[in-house]
Amino acid sequence: MDPRRGPLAVPKVRRVGFFTSIEPSPETPRPNRSLSGPAEAITSSSPLSDSPSGQFISPVQIPPSRHHSDNLASRAAPVPVPGPSAFRRQLANDRTLHVGSYNPVDSLLGTSPPSSNGEVSEDSGSLFGFQRSDSAKLSASFPNGGFDMTVAVRAPGESEAKVATASTSDGRKKNVEASGESESVATKPRKEKETRSLKEKTSKAERRAIQEAQRAAKAAAKGEGSKRAGESSRPKPSKPAKQPQPKKEAPQVTSSVSEKRAVSVEKERRMDVPQTQMQYDDKSRVDKAKRRSVVEQTESKNKVELFLHLPQYERGNQLPNLSSNIFTLDTIHHAVYKVGLQHLAGDIAGDNARCIAMLHAFQEAINDYTTPPMKDLTMDLTAKINGYVSFLIECRPLSMSMGNAIRFLKNQIRKLPVDLSEPEAKASLCSEIGRFIDEKILLADKVIVQHAVTKIRDGEVLLTYGFSCVVEMILLYAHEIGRKFRVVIVDSRPNLEGQKLLRRLVTRGLDCTYTHINAVSYIMGEVTRVFLGASSIFSNGTLYSKVGTACVAMVANAFSVPVIVCCEAYKFHERVLLDSICSNELGDPDAIANVPLRNNKKHSKTMDNNKNLQFLNLMYDSTPAEYISMIVTDYGMIPPTSIPVIVREYRREDLLL
Amino acid sequence: MPDVQSTVLEFVNKLRKRKIEGSQATAKCTVELLRSVISQQRVPHSNQASALIDAVKAVGEQLVAANPVELAVGNVVRRVLHIIREEDLSLATAAMAGLDLLDASDDDGEDDNCKGVGYSAMSAAVAAAAARSTLRPPSLQTLLEGTPESAAVPYTSSSGADSESKTADKSSITRKLKHDVIEGVNHLILEISGCHEQIAEQAIEHIHQNEVILTLGSSRTVLEFLCAAKEKKRAFRVFVAEGAPRYQGHLLAKELVARGLQTTVITDSAVFAMISRVNMVIIGAHAVMANGGVIGPVGVNMAALAAKKHAVPFVVLAGSHKLCPLYPHNPEVLLNELRSPSELLDFGEFSDCLDFGAGSGSPLLQVVNPTFDYVPPSLVSLFITDTGGHNPSYMYRLIADYYSADDLVM
Repeated sequence: MDPRRGPLAVPKVRRVGFFTSIEPSPETPRPNRSLSGPAEAITSSSPLSDSPSGQFISPVQIPPSRHHSDNLASRAAPVPVPGPSAFRRQLANDRTLHVGSYNPVDSLLGTSPPSSNGEVSEDSGSLFGFQRSDSAKLSASFPNGGFDMTVAVRAPGESEAKVATASTSDGRKKNVEASGESESVATKPRKEKETRSLKEKTSKAERRAIQEAQRAAKAAAKGEGSKRAGESSRPKPSKPAKQPQPKKEAPQVTSSVSEKRAVSVEKERRMDVPQTQMQYDDKSRVDKAKRRSVVEQTESKNKVELFLHLPQYERGNQLPNLSSNIFTLDTIHHAVYKVGLQHLAGDIAGDNARCIAMLHAFQEAINDYTTPPMKDLTMDLTAKINGYVSFLIECRPLSMSMGNAIRFLKNQIRKLPVDLSEPEAKASLCSEIGRFIDEKILLADKVIVQHAVTKIRDGEVLLTYGFSCVVEMILLYAHEIGRKFRVVIVDSRPNLEGQKLLRRLVTRGLDCTYTHINAVSYIMGEVTRVFLGASSIFSNGTLYSKVGTACVAMVANAFSVPVIVCCEAYKFHERVLLDSICSNELGDPDAIANVPLRNNKKHSKTMDNNKNLQFLNLMYDSTPAEYISMIVTDYGMIPPTSIPVIVREYRREDLLL
Repeated sequence: MPDVQSTVLEFVNKLRKRKIEGSQATAKCTVELLRSVISQQRVPHSNQASALIDAVKAVGEQLVAANPVELAVGNVVRRVLHIIREEDLSLATAAMAGLDLLDASDDDGEDDNCKGVGYSAMSAAVAAAAARSTLRPPSLQTLLEGTPESAAVPYTSSSGADSESKTADKSSITRKLKHDVIEGVNHLILEISGCHEQIAEQAIEHIHQNEVILTLGSSRTVLEFLCAAKEKKRAFRVFVAEGAPRYQGHLLAKELVARGLQTTVITDSAVFAMISRVNMVIIGAHAVMANGGVIGPVGVNMAALAAKKHAVPFVVLAGSHKLCPLYPHNPEVLLNELRSPSELLDFGEFSDCLDFGAGSGSPLLQVVNPTFDYVPPSLVSLFITDTGGHNPSYMYRLIADYYSADDLVM
């Protein structure tokens, strides 16, 4: 309704995609579900656990995600639930509650009728904490008032809360330097307003006015540009003409606050813009990187011209080198070192496994970390992590999901409150990493299985390509709950991961057909559904996955067979990609060269030195969105066109902060 | 003829055991076998042609039954039958022309035939062409002047021609038929073995500087085609899909490199990834059906679909012996062959999984390893045969030149 509304509008509580009821029913017992049903979750004391996502959160209380601008406050301010902040929160909710949103906090506080259980379970797939983050965000727009109640696991205390309040302002000064003064200006009117609003409930018109004003202020702040936002908060700029005037002070408060938010969001923006990948045909950058590198790499002699922008190194000679100096090297933590070697040797395959291994290694490294004297933990640890990451990249280029996880971790480090003691900070980081693994990977997989299994009916023939652990879980679960179906496993050289899947499925008693990728158009005639795993999905809907996925999807499309992609939301990436050339990873060319040809023994020997012959071992390819019928993710089942929406609306709240 | 019978049996065995690789080799062997069958066939004085046809048909049926998927065998048998029919027809018309010389109807074709009879060493090709010309519709001039058609035209069936020829001068013709047929078959052999060169000659028209060409499977035609362009100093790069599980792409790549071409071997799964940088897909067909569909090495359909998606020309090279006069029905299944699972799975490694079906009786694990792939005509941009480039929709007409309609069902 307001054309000038900026792109930074508060994300609305909205359900995306189609949802299946994942309420456990007697005939569909959940597989290896370690946590119990909603009953247990309700009994826990924190209001958080009453939120629909409670049933998916593991017994270890997982703190919810927070919005970026309130993180300092929320981390350090554990406040008991029925404390005064609750009123403020209620107020905040009251003011900016969005139309049609179902807010569990509201229901808890009695402002809205308690919802039935059925409703809750219906919503549960979609509600990974974004309502909470919504309310948290609202509270965040009132700087000192908005304590996050969700970290109630930690022991609450008056004194602590006070300390936190003090530290909050400190932290904010550091975080949003320019707007430090404006805060004091803003505090007074806000206090007044708060006291008043406690006495009298704000009328509907007033609330609307506040919303209107916020929006207008945001637009104004955006117009002025982020640099000048700090100063502009003092001399109040003329408000847009259409701004209503029922209250004088309210617009001022909200505008200064939202300007501050604009500044910080702008910063986030800049940081969030994905760094351009290293182009290996850029001589100077490669040389620079080489000087820093730990891994000795010799460039392969016979490069494929089309892929000069990707690293093409000789394989096999780094590993002995690296394993020999594992005890002498002290710049890289041994856990990270181990993971790096495993990546290099190919012992860990699969995106999730690689990502989890890396995060565990980081956890260990953080545990063993001590801040050197005269150094700042935030800065130093980030540098350390950067070093680890570049080591890992040297071992094997990171997958998109690992990149996302690293961004998450760096954000967590950056958001650490300055006054936190070192052990506390380390513990918090480790628990955050653990939460990420639990919630974003393991739980997400379970949710995906619940959704995807509804798409498997009796008598179907399901085709899958390569080895995806989510797809394996889906197939096994569907088999477990008694669906009768047949599986076609399509495999490709050189890794032949499908054989691993074949073995696992056959041992569990599934009816399997095994074939290679060339025969996919032969077998596709009898297939009714295609299930694919993903390495990443880009915001233009392009699926980035193991090489050959695109072929399978294309043939399925030609045969009018639906293609269902299963992908955890943490793998979504805001990059865009059109082809498989620009961004890819090259595997070991020797793996292609060595074929089991009977009369071809001396092939590789004689041909290795021939300049005209190259072997290209692509690892990934990109599937255009038009071949994908549906993406099953932890937020439900969505079309590929919804990826940018997920990335935009959930990324900030859920993943990065 | 015990020796012919034994060679036929030997060849049938070879076909059955799939000992002969490649449709060109198969076609060549078949033609040579049929030539010896014809040369050893004792011909009666009357009805020579039908005796030859029966003999060839009998052998042909055995051969086709031995390997129904190798369509080249059937094609070649039909070609030989066609040659016999045409030779017979041309001889008959020549005889008729000899009788009707005084009519002097000034038909060009008949003139040719007269001369042809005069030359004892007339090549079978000319004879065939002449025979075809007798079937030609009347020229514009004859239509215009309303001249009555010559008596030579209505010969269509061989039996009819036979009975007519009996009335003609027998002694000059009886020896000629077998001789002419063998000449014709020799010509066919030359054509089959020379189709590579004929196709390769056209390479220069299709491959240009700095192109990137994708191919898959191992085909001699493709090899010669690419090398011909290379010899003309065109610099281009070739991507070869390795063609699992037989890895014939590796063999092709080796030969291409030996001839100095820039070659990159890619996995079959990377076909879609690479196709966006490819200018042309060139493959050798196993067989071309009458509707313009192509039977090719497994994986071809995938490449064709990818090429279509990226609007990359998909070019099929096929010698004329690969043109099959049949229309396919469910070719993916019926014109396919499943090879041993051992090419995909190591039995030793999977021995513990292979016997899981004890309860239900059927094994839980099946392995599918087809040999061929079918590409529908809509995905093919161009056929290059030894007679030039053709559209898929034109193949039926091209095929009609090589076979007579009587032989389609054997």
